Amino acid sequence: MDINDVYNLLKKVFEDGIGELKTGIPVEDCIYVEAGKIEAVCFFLRDEERLQFDALMCLSGVDKDKTTLTTVYHLYSYALKHRLTIKVDVPKDNPVVQSVYQVWSTAEWHERESYDLLGIKYEGNPDLRRILLPEDWEGHPLLKDYKVQEFYNGMKVPY
Amino acid sequence: MGILNRLDSRIEQFETGNLMITSVDKLLNYARLSSMWQMFFGLACCAIEMMATSASHYDLDRFGIIPRPSPRHCDIILISGTVTLKMASRIKRLYDQMPEPKYVLSMGSCSNCGGPYWEHGYHVLKGIDRIIPVDVYVPGCPPRPEALLEGLLKVQEKIRTQSIAKQIKKA
Ligand code: SF4
Repeated sequence: MDINDVYNLLKKVFEDGIGELKTGIPVEDCIYVEAGKIEAVCFFLRDEERLQFDALMCLSGVDKDKTTLTTVYHLYSYALKHRLTIKVDVPKDNPVVQSVYQVWSTAEWHERESYDLLGIKYEGNPDLRRILLPEDWEGHPLLKDYKVQEFYNGMKVPY
Repeated sequence: MGILNRLDSRIEQFETGNLMITSVDKLLNYARLSSMWQMFFGLACCAIEMMATSASHYDLDRFGIIPRPSPRHCDIILISGTVTLKMASRIKRLYDQMPEPKYVLSMGSCSNCGGPYWEHGYHVLKGIDRIIPVDVYVPGCPPRPEALLEGLLKVQEKIRTQSIAKQIKKA
């Protein structure tokens, strides 16, 4: 199945839950999905006979533009040897995405990382804490408008 | 005799053997600088070079420098790599647990001044000397084992000139 077939199949099942299909871009072709539908879509991608996306290779966050954050899902099917990229856009003032931890448990730590560095909140993640930075860190440093703090715990941060 | 050769000018030997004269300081310093036990502790890429220095090729053991698993056994801590702000408070804590007299060797650009992260490293401490006092800085990214060895020999030199006996008398 190529990405057009996958897209048509998803569109038939989820209708409005599926956004646009982007092809011909410098990066991999991708399908946009609504933030509130991503868990159901992922269950479908994993369990559907013709798709069988049994592995979440990577889940990452992106600071897309002034108003949008994006979560990117790279999926792979070991059974059928094909891959897919899914993206979910959320507004910066309310960055909430459904967790896909129930679908692929590996998502738990990936979502924590994305939360830690970009502040995207994954609804349904059982343990959404910072994973890399210290617990008492302020802000999410991969946001483009992040300002380096002057002091952290009494230690001067800038050079 | 190897040991006596190394003591060389610091100790007076008598021809009849069995008797040596030296000062308490020199004897103590000789013992201390020949058994600088090191914190068993590595940080980033520099730690790889530190491990190479410990391994058989460069053989840190021959200077009496052996890694110990507890800060309470240690005389020296090698800050071998990037110090993140998260790690910094842990390092301070380890350092505080080491008994006096203690020494710090800062290995590599990262722990000297932030290294490649000096400008955009929001998470990196720009120099370990912002939290603990440093005795010897070894430049490099990473320093070669020879450079690290030279740094350790500099620490030995420093120990050789110190006087513990006088400090005890004062206190
Ligand atoms: S100084 Fe260079 S080699 Fe050493 S920890 Fe920093 S980046 Fe790595």
